[in-house]
Amino acid sequence: MAKARTQAQVKTPPKIKTLSKAPTGIAGLDELTRGGLPRGRPTLVSGRAGCGKSVLGLEFLVRGAAQFGEPGVIVSFEETVEELATNVASFGFDLDDLVAQGKLVLEFVSVERHEIEETGEYNLDGLFVRLAHAIESVGAKRVLLDTIESLFAGLTNLAILRAELRRLFRWLKSKGLTVIITGEQGEGTLTRQGLEEYVSDCVIALNVQLNHHVATRMMRVVKYRGSGHGSDEYPFIITEKGILVMPITSLGLAHAASTERISSGNPALDEMLGGEGYFRGSSVLVSGTSGTGKTSIAVYLVDAACRRGERCMYFAFEESPAQLLRNMRSIGLDLEPYVKKGLLRIEATRPSLFGLEMHLASSFRAIEEFDPAVVVVDPITDFVALGSSYEVRSMMTRLVDHLKSRGITALMTSLSAGRSVHSDDDVGISSLIDTWVLVQLIEVAGERNRGVSVLKSRGMAHSNQIREFTLGPDGMKVIAAYRGPQGFLSGSARQAQQDADEVAGAKRGAR
Amino acid sequence: MPSSSGEDFYQLRLYVAGQTARSQAVLRNLKAICERHLQGKYRIEVVDLLVNPQLARGDQIFALPTLVRQLPPPVKKIIGDLSNVERVLVGLDLRTLPRGARP
Repeated sequence: MAKARTQAQVKTPPKIKTLSKAPTGIAGLDELTRGGLPRGRPTLVSGRAGCGKSVLGLEFLVRGAAQFGEPGVIVSFEETVEELATNVASFGFDLDDLVAQGKLVLEFVSVERHEIEETGEYNLDGLFVRLAHAIESVGAKRVLLDTIESLFAGLTNLAILRAELRRLFRWLKSKGLTVIITGEQGEGTLTRQGLEEYVSDCVIALNVQLNHHVATRMMRVVKYRGSGHGSDEYPFIITEKGILVMPITSLGLAHAASTERISSGNPALDEMLGGEGYFRGSSVLVSGTSGTGKTSIAVYLVDAACRRGERCMYFAFEESPAQLLRNMRSIGLDLEPYVKKGLLRIEATRPSLFGLEMHLASSFRAIEEFDPAVVVVDPITDFVALGSSYEVRSMMTRLVDHLKSRGITALMTSLSAGRSVHSDDDVGISSLIDTWVLVQLIEVAGERNRGVSVLKSRGMAHSNQIREFTLGPDGMKVIAAYRGPQGFLSGSARQAQQDADEVAGAKRGAR
Repeated sequence: MPSSSGEDFYQLRLYVAGQTARSQAVLRNLKAICERHLQGKYRIEVVDLLVNPQLARGDQIFALPTLVRQLPPPVKKIIGDLSNVERVLVGLDLRTLPRGARP
């Protein structure tokens, strides 16, 4: 069965003159900059030590050479050629290979103060000559200068230095080169040495924030002359595939809405959902107290999807894959064949291991690779401990948004703290999701039985009843609501009433 | 570091950009200093980076003109037109400064 993939449409206003941009190939950054860095101009990347500016510069050059057919020159003032190769290998590229292919040239420029004696007038023609030679040798279109501050550390004649830098940037611009310059962040200024006065076409600032003991990297496009750009601070991480920036999708609320329905996996539950089940590409929240059966409902959806040959991704935050498989077998669902066939992928981690952004990033990455039709997040409540409610909600918004924009049906489970669960789903996302299924324990006549109800479901006429449901070796059974004279009945009280009614019916001669 | 004992042989390499009036002036300055202080125990090699740009990498040249003292070790780099003779001598390790002074 073909998956229905929906693509959201992006509306851009007509532009009179577009600035030519050099794509970075860095996940999320091209969205942030609406296409990449300004072509033929210098971009300044500033930040403190360890914030990722070298990685950003390197990735821009490496991807330029490997993916976009733009050879480049990497001028490093701090890292040796070997150190650069190791650095680049850490995000999945073979620098030596790119150099051997003539796509990249590395220049390590050592400026050691103690080695240098300044004895009169000089200029930086040595650097110019090396650069020109390197650029010509590969036909470079991109250049990285990392970090030009080293010149300031090594040389004392500031007048010469500033004049030469001005000359350098004019010269690079005249050659139409797209350049990234990295600079150390100053106290109260963008860069310690005021590089922003030479490089003002595009400025990106990076920093690392410490929140609840977890370090989060943030990126901000401070300035981008001639182009619109996302101007907020966006979190990013550095993965084994490079930098991953996660802007709240610029698509806004322009998601296409599918009318296709998919089964929840249980016909009676489908009945409660307007007779047909969930909308494809919608977001579903299943909340309830501990042990009420949320995971089971999630797994039923997965089972139904896998049966149709659709891929499912299951993010498990409380159970290991083995535990999950075992527990589902106890209600008669065997997911293992799907795992073996590659239809079901279970990703299990403890939320406390990483920060929110890391989770989001690795989820995006996994979803990108696997391309599932259904995603389950079980449960989302564990994230609450990782950040402020604003941050958690922001992360969930981005996740739900991202899944919607890809037409993926998302089911999230949420653990409720107390027994009365209506108003508080603990994560505050009930307004983001399309369908809210509540499972609760009902105490009647000394028994606790499970009840399921659909609190809301946008776009369909859903049942307003609380129906009893059981979980046993023969699976999940949702029983039609049974009303006795005293009201909704479940468990043995229901059974008793049903039996009594049957007897009464038989006596009356009806049936 | 002991000052010149007169026994060391100085192997010097001067990097310039083109045969300009300026680079000629630097070479003149250098020869004058060498004659005065190295008593013939020296050899000057001139490298024109406009002719051989690939040679800039080996000696880590970024400024011009640059004078590299290859011998005696350790390698020393002196940048500028060599008009400040005192600094050249300090750079070549031919004269140590009085304690505390830093021109």
